Amino acid sequence: MSSTSPSTSETAGAPTPETGTARVKRGMAEQLKGGVIMDVVTPEQAKIAEDAGAVAVMALERVPADIRKDGGVARMSDPDMIEGIINAVSIPVMAKSRIGHFVEAQVLQALGVDYIDESEVLTPADEVNHSDKWAFTTPFVCGATNLGEALRRIAEGAAMIRSKGEAGTGNVVEAVRHLRQIRGDIARLRGLDNNELYAAAKELRAPYELVKEVAELGRLPVVLFSAGGVATPADAALMRQLGAEGVFVGSGIFKSGDPAKRAAAIVKATTFYDDPKVIADVSRGLGEAMVGINCDTLTDSERFAGRGW
Amino acid sequence: MTTPDIGGATGGGADVTVGVLALQGDVREHLAALTAAGAEARPVRRPEELAEADGLVIPGGESTTISKLATAFGLLEPLRERVRSGMPAYGSCAGMIMLADKILDPRAGQETIGGIDMIVRRNAFGRQNESFEAAVEVAGVEGGPVEGVFIRAPWVESTGAEVEELAVVDGRAVAVRQGRLLATAFHPELTGDHRVHRLFVDMVRASVM
Repeated sequence: MSSTSPSTSETAGAPTPETGTARVKRGMAEQLKGGVIMDVVTPEQAKIAEDAGAVAVMALERVPADIRKDGGVARMSDPDMIEGIINAVSIPVMAKSRIGHFVEAQVLQALGVDYIDESEVLTPADEVNHSDKWAFTTPFVCGATNLGEALRRIAEGAAMIRSKGEAGTGNVVEAVRHLRQIRGDIARLRGLDNNELYAAAKELRAPYELVKEVAELGRLPVVLFSAGGVATPADAALMRQLGAEGVFVGSGIFKSGDPAKRAAAIVKATTFYDDPKVIADVSRGLGEAMVGINCDTLTDSERFAGRGW
Repeated sequence: MTTPDIGGATGGGADVTVGVLALQGDVREHLAALTAAGAEARPVRRPEELAEADGLVIPGGESTTISKLATAFGLLEPLRERVRSGMPAYGSCAGMIMLADKILDPRAGQETIGGIDMIVRRNAFGRQNESFEAAVEVAGVEGGPVEGVFIRAPWVESTGAEVEELAVVDGRAVAVRQGRLLATAFHPELTGDHRVHRLFVDMVRASVM
C-alpha cells in the first residue's frame, strides 16, 4: 500500500534478503503506532518505562527540561550510556543526533540503535542542511511544525515524523499548534485539484510527488507521532484525538512525582484515548506532574521548535 | 499503489466478522488487508467487542506492550477462553509471540494468549538494522512467494507434533499453523499482497459453517 511504498526507487520483495529498505524503515514505525515512546537517561529508567508498557525508549543524557535549565551545547549521548540502555531492555531503543550531524548518526547506527531522532532538542550542527537519511540502514524520525517541513524531512529519508511541540516545557500548547498545523495543511491539500498541487508544492517548499501522495492519502506517507510538552494522560489522549498515531513523552514522566505510575497511566490513556472513563480512571492519584513552563515566556532563542527548517 | 492487489475480495458482501486486537500496533493495515480479503473487519479493545468477532487478528507491535495492556484491561482471559473454544486467530510478528505457548526469553510478567504449541524467540533475527525483506514460499498460499517483511522479527525455536511449519527462512520456521491458529514472523499487512489474510479469512469461514 502507498504508506509503505517509497517515493524513491527501492524494489519490493527482492529475491534475496535486503536490509534498510524504505518498507522496513517505515514498517518499523507502523509497529509503534498506538504507543508511547519515553525519554530515559539511565538503564533503571529504561526498565521502568518498559515495565509501564512503553513501545520504545529514547536514550539521552539529559531530558529536555534539564537541557533547557543547564544551557550549553547539547550533543549526542555517551555511547556507554546508550549501550547500557540497549542491554537493559528488549523494546526498541532510539537515540538523538544533532541536526545535520551525520557523523553522530553514523555512530548511533554503529551502536545498533533501532531509530535515530535527528532532533531540534540538541544544538544544531548545521544551520542549512539536515542529514541525508537515505544513506543509513537505521531509520530516522524527525520533528516538524508544519506539512512542508514534514515533507522536506521525508524527502531527505525520514521514515517517521513527530510534531515538534516545545520539548522540556511540560506545556502541550505547542504540540497542539503543530499537530493542528500539519493536519490543517493536509486538509487544504485534499481540497485542491491537480493543477493547483504544483503551486501548493512550491508554497510548501516540498517535492511535488510527495505533495500529490499526501493529497491522495489524506495523511503523511509515514507514521505521525506527537512530541514536546505531553505531561499527563489527558495530554496524550488529546494528541491522539487530534490525529497523532502515538506520543513521545520526554521530561513529563521522570520529572514527575511517581514516574512508574504516570508512565503506565499515559500508556493506557494513549490506547483508550477516546474513552474519557478510562482516562479519568488512570489519571487518579498520580502525584505531582512536572511543574512546566509557560511557552509565551520563552524567548526565541529558548524555543527548540525554531531549530530545523 | 506500487504493489499489485493479489488475492483481494472477489465480490459479494462480507460473510464473517474478523476483529483486530487494537491495543497497540499496525491495526489499520490489518483492517485494510482483511477488508480487501472479503471480511467485515473491526477493531477490538474490549471483551464485548471480542465476543462479536468470528475470528481475531493479533497485529504487529510491541509484544510486551500488547501483553501488559491485555492484562490491565481484562482481555487476556477472554482471549484465552475464545482461543481454547476454537475461535480462529492469526498473529503477525508480535501477534505470533502472543499466540505461542511459550516465549524463550520473556520479560518479567510477559503473558501470552497461547494456543500454538511452540516456543518463540523474540527479536531472533536481530535489531532494526538487521530487519529485512525476502521472498517467502508459504505452504497453502498459491501463486508464488509472498513478500516477507521482517521487522525485529521473532522465529519459531521449536514446535510440538500438532504444529505444521508453513514457511522457513534461514532454516527457521517463520510461519506455522495449528488447527485454527495461524502465525507469521513477517508482516503481510505491510504489503499489497493479501493472500495470507485471504487464507485466514477462509479459515474463519470454515469455522462458522
